Amino acid sequence: MHHAVSQRSEPKLTKSGNIKNILKKNSMLIALLSTMLLFQILISSRGIGSLFAPANISNLISQNAYVVILASGMLLCILTGGNIDLSVGSIVALVGAVAGTLIVNLHMNIFVSIIICLLVGLAIGAWQGFWIAYVRIPPFIVTLAGMLLWRGVALLILNGLTISPFPANYQKYFTSFLPANASSEIVFTVTLIVGILICLVYLVYTFFDRYKKTKKGYTVESLPSVIIRLILICSAALFVFSLLGRHKGIPVVLILLAAIVLFYSYFTSRTVPGRHLYSLGGNEKATKLSGINTNRVLFFAYANMGFLSAVAALVCVARFNSATPSAGDSYELDAIGSCFIGGASAYGGTGTIGGAVIGAIFMGVMNNGMSILGIDSNWQKAVKGTVLLAAVVFDVLSKKRVKAN
Amino acid sequence: MPACYCSTTESNQLEKILLEMQHITKRFPGVVALHDVNLQIVEGEIHAIVGENGAGKSTLMNILSGIYPSGTYEGTIQLEGETCAFHTIKESERQGIIIIHQELALVPYLTIGENMFLGNERGSYFSIDWDETYAKADKQLKIVGLEESSRVQIKDLGIGKQQLVEIAKALAKNVKILILDEPTASLNDSDARKLLDLLFEFKKKGVTSILISHKLNEVSYVADRITVIRDGEVITTLDKQKHTFSENEIIKAMVGRSLTNRFPKRTSNIGPVSFEVKNWTVNHPIYEGRRICENISFNLRKGEVVGISGLMGAGRTELAMSIFGHSYGQFVEGKTFINGKEVVLNTIKSAIDHKIAYVTEDRKGNGLILNNPIIENTTLSHLKAVSRHQVIDTDLEYQEAKRISDTLKTKCSSVRDEVNNLSGGNQQKVLIGKWIFAEPEILLLDEPTRGIDVGAKYEIYCIINQLVAEGKSVLIISSELPEILGICDRIYVMNEGRIVGEMLQEEATQEAIMQCIMQSHKGANLN
Repeated sequence: MHHAVSQRSEPKLTKSGNIKNILKKNSMLIALLSTMLLFQILISSRGIGSLFAPANISNLISQNAYVVILASGMLLCILTGGNIDLSVGSIVALVGAVAGTLIVNLHMNIFVSIIICLLVGLAIGAWQGFWIAYVRIPPFIVTLAGMLLWRGVALLILNGLTISPFPANYQKYFTSFLPANASSEIVFTVTLIVGILICLVYLVYTFFDRYKKTKKGYTVESLPSVIIRLILICSAALFVFSLLGRHKGIPVVLILLAAIVLFYSYFTSRTVPGRHLYSLGGNEKATKLSGINTNRVLFFAYANMGFLSAVAALVCVARFNSATPSAGDSYELDAIGSCFIGGASAYGGTGTIGGAVIGAIFMGVMNNGMSILGIDSNWQKAVKGTVLLAAVVFDVLSKKRVKAN
Repeated sequence: MPACYCSTTESNQLEKILLEMQHITKRFPGVVALHDVNLQIVEGEIHAIVGENGAGKSTLMNILSGIYPSGTYEGTIQLEGETCAFHTIKESERQGIIIIHQELALVPYLTIGENMFLGNERGSYFSIDWDETYAKADKQLKIVGLEESSRVQIKDLGIGKQQLVEIAKALAKNVKILILDEPTASLNDSDARKLLDLLFEFKKKGVTSILISHKLNEVSYVADRITVIRDGEVITTLDKQKHTFSENEIIKAMVGRSLTNRFPKRTSNIGPVSFEVKNWTVNHPIYEGRRICENISFNLRKGEVVGISGLMGAGRTELAMSIFGHSYGQFVEGKTFINGKEVVLNTIKSAIDHKIAYVTEDRKGNGLILNNPIIENTTLSHLKAVSRHQVIDTDLEYQEAKRISDTLKTKCSSVRDEVNNLSGGNQQKVLIGKWIFAEPEILLLDEPTRGIDVGAKYEIYCIINQLVAEGKSVLIISSELPEILGICDRIYVMNEGRIVGEMLQEEATQEAIMQCIMQSHKGANLN
């Protein structure tokens, strides 16, 4: 068996640059997997459970949903030139306060309330985007001001108090599991079937795309590497879904996350406005001289960030079942950290949604693993800070090496 | 070896050679910038170095001042008979060689005094003696005749006064040789005159000056000797005491080079006027009322290559960019016509939509996204050709980028290569390819062959010929006279924001163009 593997990989080794490239491209994914493995070993060796316990995986997802949502938006801002948005935590608090007032205090229709909350987020994003893109106030300053301003408004709305509890028919859209109200066997079967279906869709899409490309005479990836990738991704997906099936099923919030991640991933990699984000971060003058309205691109990135902050706020109030003045505290840092750990450049122009998601999971796993291990929360912060610095240093140094070549 | 310069002064004393640069050769990747240059500077003289853009004047001065450190060039520098090997500007400054660059190196929000002693602060490291700083600064300002308090911030001074501050700063450093790179380029007549007279003052005090300039009238006025550099070689050194300077003689020495077979042949097939600009006037983007382009009118025909010749700072790039969707300066007035119909090109997008392309002179700063692959650079200005409903067909995009890159013979392992990793010539091809992909009818090419080797230049000329053969109109801005003469059907000469001449290829010569420029110089009023 071992022999066969080494033989198969031999023709590839002659192109050792190829393998190096694959490793380099997926270095964060490899780092994530090794970290998970490390925690798993540490946790199970102490006999205090497992990182991959079904309940823990489910928990990991709902715990970190907000980071993934915010990181998707933050990535767009960072792409435009390393610009960050410091105000997202405060926007989460403010929109949460609005949601609490409308849904709990005023008993407004839930869908109307959700739409109002999203519009509030979008309006805040547009306000900040206006100053940043059209008046060219540095984003750091505008969003720092926003961070104070929106927190203040949230405190005013809540009058310093906490609003709770949220009605169950609101919470069910964010915190429940599918299939609902079923026996554990049915839950497991349905969840696994969904996992298999997703894998099948992915499989069919991959080969259909490949077929289309060969028909048009475009170059395609080599078949073995496609198959290896398919096997890896499908087995990972099936593993996660089987774990979820053994807990309560598919968290609703996972569907929301999948939709957001797929949408923004497609948006950044395949659409014209997405391409403009990258070119703006790569060289603004060249982008302008290519006839692209760079102000509009910048405005969009920040308006979108406001919108996604509102989405994160809705998820958060459902999860905590309350709207509190201190909600969203330091969420901006989690989102920024995820993007940089996920390989986004601090100077803009490079980075992917996939990377940001990996970064978010990485931060989530570190939080979760260290908590299970019972590490003091002060130490947790210190470790997270070190990891963030290390990730950016790695990014900058690896770029320097390319330049030296 | 050049002729001996041990000529005698009126008092028959032997002149002392202060500085001697011997057999200087400097190579850049693919180019020899200086070839076996010898230069002697006599103590107390004003020595002018003239030459076309890119002749190697600045390279020579950068070697002298240690910007190109010893070891990166061949040859020796001897100062007062001693061999010097400068590695940094600091080292050359310590020996009294001070260079004042064309772009002034002053910090706008610091005062004159602070700037003057920047890096050389008075007092001790932990306690600056401001009284001494300002007292000394005031003294230096008096020497250069600048009547300002040294507590005034640089940003509040005009450009002429800033130049004087730079000179005063140099004098504060115990200067032996003062090098001035185009000191009057941005000065008005009276300031330029003042500055030149200042050089006479310094001469009386025994300071030696090296002056780099385009303006021949100023050079003739102030210099004791003139060295002409062309294509990295010293052509001649003229001495005022032997014969009076003749501008014609200098121009001839500056440009007189044989045009060899460096340009591909083209049979012109010129059609009707396709693009016309009338009374185009543009102001500086920041300084209101400072004219950059004044009342410019010109036209392009189908299948025609038109050149705009002129010195650096003539306003050519600014003209092209302001036409390209007002991307430079404040538009004052002017009209543009495409095929006889008036069009308004007030945004870059509208210019592109009217099939105009501007290929920038600054390919790294304004043209390419260096850390992106060739593909994305190629399609950026015309993404709608490879997308539907805002969704990019990445396969089609790849094919198209490959097609462009193949037709232009860009050397790369794949169009997925980052532009960073390409040579200058190939980067230029990617940039031109980007605009060819936008399918323009009118191309404004700004210095399309700057900084690339002869072979790549030839290929770019072939691409230009191909474009006009397809009936497109090409406007070329170039500082290289042979290039303008070699590839253009018609030539406009531009100077100080105005068109000062127009000639057909048959009647154009390097001398004629230079003459045109020199005669139109407002320059210092020396009469």
